[in-house]
Amino acid sequence: MTVKEIADILGAEILCCGELADQTQVHSACGSDMMSDVLAFVKDQGVLLTGLVNPQVVRTAEMMDILCVVFVRGKKPDQMMINLATAKGIILLSTEERMYPACGKLYAAGLESGKTV
Amino acid sequence: MSEPIILRYQVDGDDFVSCGHASEDVKRTLKNIGFPASVIRNVSIAMYEGEINMVIHANGGVAEVVIYEDRIVITLTDTGKGIADIEQAMQEGFSTATDAIRELGFGAGMGLPNMKKYSDNMKIESEVGKGTVVTLEFLLND
Repeated sequence: MTVKEIADILGAEILCCGELADQTQVHSACGSDMMSDVLAFVKDQGVLLTGLVNPQVVRTAEMMDILCVVFVRGKKPDQMMINLATAKGIILLSTEERMYPACGKLYAAGLESGKTV
Repeated sequence: MSEPIILRYQVDGDDFVSCGHASEDVKRTLKNIGFPASVIRNVSIAMYEGEINMVIHANGGVAEVVIYEDRIVITLTDTGKGIADIEQAMQEGFSTATDAIRELGFGAGMGLPNMKKYSDNMKIESEVGKGTVVTLEFLLND
């Protein structure tokens, strides 16, 4: 599934690196508001869904080689976070969907949960 | 690469926003040298956990990264409050982080266990009231 398809499924706004959305393929995703748990349990998930908004979300994504972060519940990162993600080529999306339906819709569309460490 | 490369970073304890700078730089450096992706990932995650720990528990510190041909050694030194019971601190889920830290998405009690998981060797030396030194070693097996 491409990140563009994820944005379409979630009716999400693409906040940065939109030019990569068509060509970025992802196979699994994870959802968490706790970055500690992302660092501890995520293996090769390309997408992170989260309701947490602070710069460490982008830094966590970078360390974990996550390609796309989806902010749920209508949350929006500030310009500093957008600049940070842009510099690293991490696509940021924002959707009005809450965490459970957002994950559910992507899972139903074939985006798997993938492996954990 | 014959001489080891030494990187040194001051980790600012008051600055949660820029926390992770050192880990970013290490990740970029290892990529440029051409280390395998799996090694870069392990080093990046462990280093980032260490950096976060120094900011949320110890008011910052110094991170030194020495890159040899066959291994990478990271030394994280702080002058924070120290760890009274290292065995307890190593247990998954044990954390002394405040609610304010948890609201930022950290403090789940996975930091030290995670650093151990991603490194090949880990050593913690700590004295209450004086500070903590965490040494992480990553080996390039092949």
